[in-house]
Amino acid sequence: MAVPLVYNVRSVRQRWVSSVVAVLGIAGTVGVFVAMLAMARGFRATMVSSGAPENAIVRRAGADSEMVSSVPIDAVRVIESAAGVRREDGRPMVSAEVVVVAAFPLAATGTDANVQVRGVSARALEVRRGVRVVEGRFLEPGLAELVVGRNAARTYVGLELGSVVRFGGGDWKVVGVFDAGSSAFDSEVWCDATVLSEVYKRPTNVFQSVTARLTSPAELTRFKDELTSDPRLSVQVDRETDYYDKQSRMLTNLIRTLGFLVAAIMAIGAVFGALNTMYSAVAERSREIATLRAMGFSGGVVIVSFVVEALLISLVGGLLGCLVVLPLNGFTTGTINWQTFSHLAFAFKVTPDLLLAGVAFALLMGLVGGVPPAVRAARLPVAVALREL
Amino acid sequence: MKFLRLVWSNLTRKKVRTTLTIGSFVVALFLFGLLVTIRGAFSGGVDVAAADRLSVINKTSLILPLPISYRERITGIEGVRGITFASWFGGVYQDERNFFPQFAVEPQSWLDVYPDYVVPEAEKQAFLADRQAALVGRALAKRFGFEVGDRIPLQGTIWPGTWEFNVAGIYDGSRPDVDTSTFLFRHDLLEETRQFGKGTVGWYVVRLDDPDDAVRVSAAIDEKFANSPYETLTQTEQAFAASFAKQMGNIELLVLVIGSVVFFTLLLVAGNTMAIAVRERTGELAVLKTVGYSDRAVLGLVLAEAVLIAGQGGLIGLLLAKLMTLGGDPTGGMLATFYLGWDSIALGFLLTLVVGTAAGLLPAVAAMRLRVVDALRRV
Amino acid sequence: MVRVDGGGNGTSLIRVRDLDKRYVRGSEEIHVLQGLNLDVEAGDFVAFMGPSGSGKTTLLNLLGGLDVPSSGSITVAGDEITALSGAKLTAWRARHVGFIFQMYNLLPVLTAFQNVELPLLLTRLSTAQRRAHVETALALVGLQDRMNHYPRQLSGGQEQRVAIARAIVTDPTFLLCDEPTGDLDRRSADEIMALLEELVNEHGKTALMVTHDPRAAERAHAVLHLDKGALVEATGGRG
Repeated sequence: MAVPLVYNVRSVRQRWVSSVVAVLGIAGTVGVFVAMLAMARGFRATMVSSGAPENAIVRRAGADSEMVSSVPIDAVRVIESAAGVRREDGRPMVSAEVVVVAAFPLAATGTDANVQVRGVSARALEVRRGVRVVEGRFLEPGLAELVVGRNAARTYVGLELGSVVRFGGGDWKVVGVFDAGSSAFDSEVWCDATVLSEVYKRPTNVFQSVTARLTSPAELTRFKDELTSDPRLSVQVDRETDYYDKQSRMLTNLIRTLGFLVAAIMAIGAVFGALNTMYSAVAERSREIATLRAMGFSGGVVIVSFVVEALLISLVGGLLGCLVVLPLNGFTTGTINWQTFSHLAFAFKVTPDLLLAGVAFALLMGLVGGVPPAVRAARLPVAVALREL
Repeated sequence: MKFLRLVWSNLTRKKVRTTLTIGSFVVALFLFGLLVTIRGAFSGGVDVAAADRLSVINKTSLILPLPISYRERITGIEGVRGITFASWFGGVYQDERNFFPQFAVEPQSWLDVYPDYVVPEAEKQAFLADRQAALVGRALAKRFGFEVGDRIPLQGTIWPGTWEFNVAGIYDGSRPDVDTSTFLFRHDLLEETRQFGKGTVGWYVVRLDDPDDAVRVSAAIDEKFANSPYETLTQTEQAFAASFAKQMGNIELLVLVIGSVVFFTLLLVAGNTMAIAVRERTGELAVLKTVGYSDRAVLGLVLAEAVLIAGQGGLIGLLLAKLMTLGGDPTGGMLATFYLGWDSIALGFLLTLVVGTAAGLLPAVAAMRLRVVDALRRV
Repeated sequence: MVRVDGGGNGTSLIRVRDLDKRYVRGSEEIHVLQGLNLDVEAGDFVAFMGPSGSGKTTLLNLLGGLDVPSSGSITVAGDEITALSGAKLTAWRARHVGFIFQMYNLLPVLTAFQNVELPLLLTRLSTAQRRAHVETALALVGLQDRMNHYPRQLSGGQEQRVAIARAIVTDPTFLLCDEPTGDLDRRSADEIMALLEELVNEHGKTALMVTHDPRAAERAHAVLHLDKGALVEATGGRG
């Protein structure tokens, strides 16, 4: 026969102070664990959603990011005429782009952040289908106009619709705000590529990357082979999603590593707290336990009973921790991505599987914290315990 | 102290419980040390950045260069003691994931402006003599096993091709929190070999005669090049480092939140344990009072126990954290420094004592207020 | 000479006049002691007996300064303890009273030696001086060879003897014993009572004892009953 569950539930309730302590310890650990993983997830999601599987990004061979790449206009022409490139109205869906970093003050702190400014071609929106203008209008080619991402408008000072911004030695007017589906582009400021090159005193016939929309994701291999084997070009071709995946790797790993480290240490502490609680429970209830054993409940049953109690406590703790972290979902924060050297806004992403992982983590802690005391409870010499007054 | 034995013996009463509680403090303070270290790493060496150095970058964008001709013109400004320059190389060593910063620097002036970099004289001379020479930071050398005399190839990303360097020396930091993870080679090699960007540098570093002169000199430099094709933005090195740290976003907040959660939970666990321990000893505490120990004495005993437990745990945890930082950066080069200062350790210990006292306070007061008559009747 | 009529002369060591003690339990007020008088002289050995709840322990607690009366006075060796409070009362108690309880109340984490030493830690004696006193006390109770044993290593009778040693180590004015043999078997009980007798008759201690045990009460000089909140003399005892 098993010890009735109601005994455990009531016991937990009766020693509610100790139980609450253990619950909070586990809740705190689970909360931190889930929060840090949510941060890593969110950052990664932002980067990954910046790419489309049917887009290819072309950079100079050997350049590990757009920043250090250069693609001359002749190469752009070759790329435009390659097979696999989607055409609409006879025009190739290709955007040759220039990328620089400019300093804009952060709304939060007033100090400067390095913001990625992207000089795009007129066809940028057609190549990047995930981007649409939600306020104002898109920029006119040849003019000093800016279209800013939604996060950019929010995170940096002075990028509201209609305002005039001074950077690079020129004055620019913000004519529109775009929504890029919570991708990296949302933190960017876009302008005309040629104008940007002029203002930054760079040759206007050299770009940094070329993004091409292919007729289908499967076309990538043929497209890539054609370009890399062309003797006129010295380029590398990546699927856009892969490119952004790589760009996010370092920081994602860093956040994840630190998150695991911190959570692991906190878990040890939480387990200590749970152990203390359970050991005290066993000590305080030694007469009850002895009585149960005298009645005929076996040692194994007693162990299960106490482990169940520990799991109860840790389950509550895990759920509490997840509950507390849930509101963080969608909370935007920002950081600097070393690989692109620019500031990036992203949102915490709490997903069901993360919550599940959190609860599982809590149960694991409960198990580790519950078994040793349970074993001690089962080993208590019955006669001694009954005699204790 | 003659009462120490009484306090201590109470700790040995339930060894498992005491050990677990001490263990909780060990964990909490270890985490404290880790968090402080991480925060220090993300501050990007703000504290180490000197107050007597200025960084001069292109005002338009950090990634745009400045002309080499500016060197003479900045040197001429009053208050400038020395000037050096560097360019970011951004090469790849074997694999993209083996990231570390590489700077092409003006060798002699760089070492003059940065006395925090300590290089043995022989190695310094080797660096000055060999155009393909490189100086490697101690942490970097340890990470990849670089030694003096090694030939290191880097794949250029900005200036493509395979660039090879001879490790002429290994530099150490004059203080433990100086960043020794960078790879320095000579700017004249870069200038000679690169295909484009000739005649430019990435940024200048200016050393001041007088740190208090920073504002005036910064303004003077920027004014000199205002409205030119290459406008400058000059600020103290500290401000420059801080601006990066600020962009890291809410690292400080994160650290603060985690730290608070940990300490709060710890307080609860410790306090609860103390309360249970005191509750169990009601009879004994009553006996102490009958023997003649005053209420205040009993309060002191219980508090002393709490502080003793906390103190032991805190000390061990902090020392473990310090040991961990001595082992170097666990993320493999992503963090600039991985250092826990003694002042942080002292702060951690202080916090430990505060938490220990707070945890023991309620049970201690309960023990103080214990009425002997009631307690003995319970027996 | 022990008196309960309130008429003793000024030579009494312990003098209680008109002692009243009431306390509230739940919604009832219980009038435990009423108009109680007592005179005890130095060297007396008094036993208090009475049914459960008659207030014997309450009286003992009041005499030992562990509790305060509702009204009345208690004077010990000229000090009116009912006028003392707080720290002063504690200090007085440390100096003048030795307690012996039914449950030995030794600290299990300390050795016999350390347990006996406890009251001395409150004094300004040096370590060597304390050691001398402790050894004397333990020798007196016959346990000097068990000094470094822990309570769990001692028998019930031995533990009680250590408790007695602790009670006498400060050379208190009088001893208060609350059911000292209550938890012991016949033989140990006899040993303890013989020890108490020795302390009184040969070493001149004054002892007041609450007991249920008639055989323990036999050893006292006088046996007093608590009845309706006051003391009455009983027959028996060795007068």
